[in-house]
Amino acid sequence: MTTPKEFRHQLRELFDSQQLAVLATDAGGRPYASLVAFAATDDLTRLIFATTRATRKFANIQENPHVSLLIDSRSNQVSDFRDAVAVTAMGSAAEVSSDDWSPLRDRYLKRHPHLKSFVDAPSCALLRMNVAQYYLVSRFQNVTAWEISP
Amino acid sequence: MNLICELDDIRPGDETRVGGKAVALARMAADAMAVPDAICLTIEAYQWFVRETGLQGRILLELNRKVFEEMRWEEIWDTALRIRHRFLHTPLPESLRAAILAPIRERFSGRAVVVRSSAPGEDAAGSSFAGLHDSFVNIQGLDSILDHIRLVWASLWSDRALLYRRELGLSTTESAMGVVVQAVVAGEVSGVAFGVSPSDPSQAVVEAVYGLNQGLVDGDVAPDAWILGREDGAVITHRPARRENAMRPMTETRGGGVHLVPLTEKERSLPPLSPEKVSMVFDLVRAAEKHFGVPQDVEWTFRDDRLFILQSRPVTAGAGADDSRAWYLSQHRSFENLKALARRVKEELLPKMQETAQEMASMDLSGFTDRELASEIGRRRTVYSEWKQVYWDEFIPLAHGIRLFGQVYNEAVQPEDPFAFVDLLKGTDMLSLRRNRMIREMAGMIRADDGLAADLASGELPAGGPFAAAFDRFMDRFGTTAWGSGVVQDRDRVIRMLLSLARLPEEGLHDAAPRRTEDMEASFLECFSGEARVQAREMLAVGRESYRLRDDDNIYLGRIEGHMRTAVEIGRRRLAAPHPGGDPEGRGLLTAALKEDDTGVPAPPAGGTAGTDDRDPSLKARQIVGQPAGPGLVRGRARIISGPDDLFDFQAGEILVCDAVDPNMTFLVPLAAGVVERRGGMLIHGAIIAREYGLPCVTGVPEAVQRIATGDEITVDGYLGIVIRHFALA
Repeated sequence: MTTPKEFRHQLRELFDSQQLAVLATDAGGRPYASLVAFAATDDLTRLIFATTRATRKFANIQENPHVSLLIDSRSNQVSDFRDAVAVTAMGSAAEVSSDDWSPLRDRYLKRHPHLKSFVDAPSCALLRMNVAQYYLVSRFQNVTAWEISP
Repeated sequence: MNLICELDDIRPGDETRVGGKAVALARMAADAMAVPDAICLTIEAYQWFVRETGLQGRILLELNRKVFEEMRWEEIWDTALRIRHRFLHTPLPESLRAAILAPIRERFSGRAVVVRSSAPGEDAAGSSFAGLHDSFVNIQGLDSILDHIRLVWASLWSDRALLYRRELGLSTTESAMGVVVQAVVAGEVSGVAFGVSPSDPSQAVVEAVYGLNQGLVDGDVAPDAWILGREDGAVITHRPARRENAMRPMTETRGGGVHLVPLTEKERSLPPLSPEKVSMVFDLVRAAEKHFGVPQDVEWTFRDDRLFILQSRPVTAGAGADDSRAWYLSQHRSFENLKALARRVKEELLPKMQETAQEMASMDLSGFTDRELASEIGRRRTVYSEWKQVYWDEFIPLAHGIRLFGQVYNEAVQPEDPFAFVDLLKGTDMLSLRRNRMIREMAGMIRADDGLAADLASGELPAGGPFAAAFDRFMDRFGTTAWGSGVVQDRDRVIRMLLSLARLPEEGLHDAAPRRTEDMEASFLECFSGEARVQAREMLAVGRESYRLRDDDNIYLGRIEGHMRTAVEIGRRRLAAPHPGGDPEGRGLLTAALKEDDTGVPAPPAGGTAGTDDRDPSLKARQIVGQPAGPGLVRGRARIISGPDDLFDFQAGEILVCDAVDPNMTFLVPLAAGVVERRGGMLIHGAIIAREYGLPCVTGVPEAVQRIATGDEITVDGYLGIVIRHFALA
C-alpha cells in the first residue's frame, strides 16, 4: 500500500498535470456539476477555484457549502482504464476572506496566469475548499482514502 | 486491408507484418526447400479483430487489475485463462470472417491443417521464445480452423508469454499476432534437428520418432537420437529409444486432433531413420543454417521418402533457462505425462505417505531412550524433507491437470464462466470436507450435552461413549497436523476448537454446495466423438485427481510434518526436565538433534507488522482489487486470522480474512460469510473450499491482513474480485 508521502506525491503530480476539475454542488437537493479551473495549496488541504457571483454554482455554495471536486487524468483512450487516476475531494467551500485573499490569489494565478483579469474582476469570487477527505482511484477500481485532520 | 497473404507475397523484413515464423517459411519456400502448403494471416487481421470487437479494452482491463509484479504465477495463469476465454467467446465479425474464409476454403477445404502462431520477434535470432504461444495440429473443417485461429491469437497472452512480457515487449495496445495455416504433412517419421548441439558446439543432433513430431515435442514419445559431427555429418553415436507409441492424427473424430497409438512389432525393432535418411536430415539443417546465417533448430517430417521442413528457428538455450520462470514453464505437462503422474501419485505416493504417517503415529516416543529419540528426530526430519521434495516435484506439477482440463472444457463447452469447469471437478470427496463433517458432528454432540461440555472445558475427555470414539477417530485421521507456522494441531487445540464451535448456533453453518454434475459431465462428453471422447473422459479423470490432490496433499504432508514436530517437542520437554542418573551421551545426542535447523519450515505468516513504519491512520484502503475466486456478494464483519490462536475467536457470520487459508483453518470456512485471502488464484486451497461451500471469495488481495482489521465492516464482491471497506466520513 502507498505511504502517505507517496500518496501526497501522487496527488501533487495529478494536480500539476490538470487545469480543470469537475465541481459538484447541491442545487436544492439535486446534484449540480460544473467545470472549474483549480489550484491546490502546497499542503493539499485546500483547493482553490474562482467563479462569478451570478453563477448557479456560487448560489448553491451560498446555500450549502458541502461540495465535491473531481480531478482526473483521463485521455479519452481505452488505456485510461489502466493509466488514468481520479481523485475525489470532499469538503466545504467558502469565499476567500480578505486575510487569505492575497496568498491564495497568487497561488491560483501562478497556476492559471491567463485568468488574471477574470479573478481580479469585482464580479468574480475566489473560493477555497477545505478538504476533509481525498479518495484516489487508480487502475480502474483501487480506491484509497485520505482523511485530512482539521 | 491486407488480412491474408501467400508465402510468395512475403519478403524478408516482413516480420512486423506477418510474424517471424511466416517469414522463415516464406524464405525457405522461395529457396525451393520443401515446405508444406500454407497461407498466412497478417497481424493486421489480429488488430482488426481486437479493435472491432472491443477485445483490446477487455485485455487491457484483465492485465491491469493488479500491478503485474504483485501477481503470483497462479494469478497469471488465471488471467491468461480469462483472456483466452474472451477470445473463445468473441465471434469473428462477419466482414473479417468473409475476408479470410474464402482463401482458406479455396486452399484447405477437406484437408487437415496446422494452425501456428507467428508472433513478430518471436523467433528473432538470439531471442527465441519457442513454445510461449500455441500451435494446433491436425485441425479439420473450416469452422474449427477459424476457432483455432482465435485460440492462436489468444495465445499472444498465454501465461507463458505473460511471464516473458518484458523480453517480448508485450503491450496491450501494440502487440499483435500473425497466424500460419499450413497443410498437415502426416509423415511416417518426424523429428527435430539441431544444427549445433546445445551441449557440445562441435556436434549436431538429429532426433526422430514414428508418426507426427507432436509426440516428441511434448515429451510423450521418446526419440531415437543421433549425435553427428557438426562439420562432416558423420554419426558419432546413435541412442535408440524404447519405441512404444506414435502420435498420429485422429481419423474418426470431427474437428481432428492427435492421439497416441501403439507401434507395430516391426516399428519397435527398427530405428525410425536409416543412415541415409539421417544424412538427409543433417543436410537439411545445414542448408537451413546456410540460409538463415545462424545454426537452426528445425522440425521436419518424411512422407513417401520426401523430406519436408515444417519450421526453422535459431538454436537457443531455451527461454529463461537461467531463472525461476523456467521452473514454471516446466510445470506445463502434456496430457500423457499427467496421466502417468496421476497414476503414480494415487497408487504409489499417497498410500506411502499415509503409511509413513501411520507408522509414526503408532510409535510411543515416551518409551524411547534419549539416544533413540535423537535418532528418531533426525529420521523424521529427513523423511519430512524428502516428502516435501516429492510435494514440489510431483504433486505441484499435477495441478496442471486442472488447468489442462479447464482449457479443454472451455474450448468444447464454451460456458459463460471460464471457471465453470471447477464444478465438474469438485464432485470428489476431499479430505478437508470429510474433516469438517467430523468436526461438525463432534461439536453437535457437545452442544447437546452440557455435562460433556463442562468436562471438556476442565480438560477431561470421557473415557468411553460415542464422543470419545468420534474424537479418537478424528485424532487418528487428522490430529497431529502442522499449522503453517509450525504449531501442531494437538489434542488440546482440537478440544478448544470443538468447544468454541459448539458455542455457535448450528444454523450458522453452511453446507457444502450440493452438486449436480451428471448433466454437466454428459454435455461435456457429448462435444466429442470416437477416440476424442475417450481422451476427454481420461482428461476429466486426471483433472479430478489433480483437483482432489490439490487439497489433500496439504493434509498428507501436514501430518508428516506434525509427527516430526511432535518428536521435536517431546525431545525439548525431556531436555528441560531434570534427569538424574541419565545417559550423558544420549542427552548430548538429543541436544544435538534438537539444534539442527528445522528443514525448510515456512516462516510464520506475516502479521500486521510489515511496513508499519509508514502506516498512517489517516490513509485507508477503501476498495482493494484482487481476483474473483468465488461468485457472490456479502457484507459483514472482518476477522483476521494470522495464527492458530485467532481461530478460537471466530464468530459465525464473520468474513475470514487471512494471508493464506491453511488447511487447519478450513473448519472455519462453513462458519464464515465470505473469504478474503492475500495469496491469489482460483485454484488455491482457500478458493477451492470457499467454492465448495458456495461462499463469496476474493483472493490475491495485496496486503490483505495489513489493510483490513478485525472488526472492519467490509463487502466481499466475489463476482468482480473486489473488497470494499466501509467507514463513516469524518
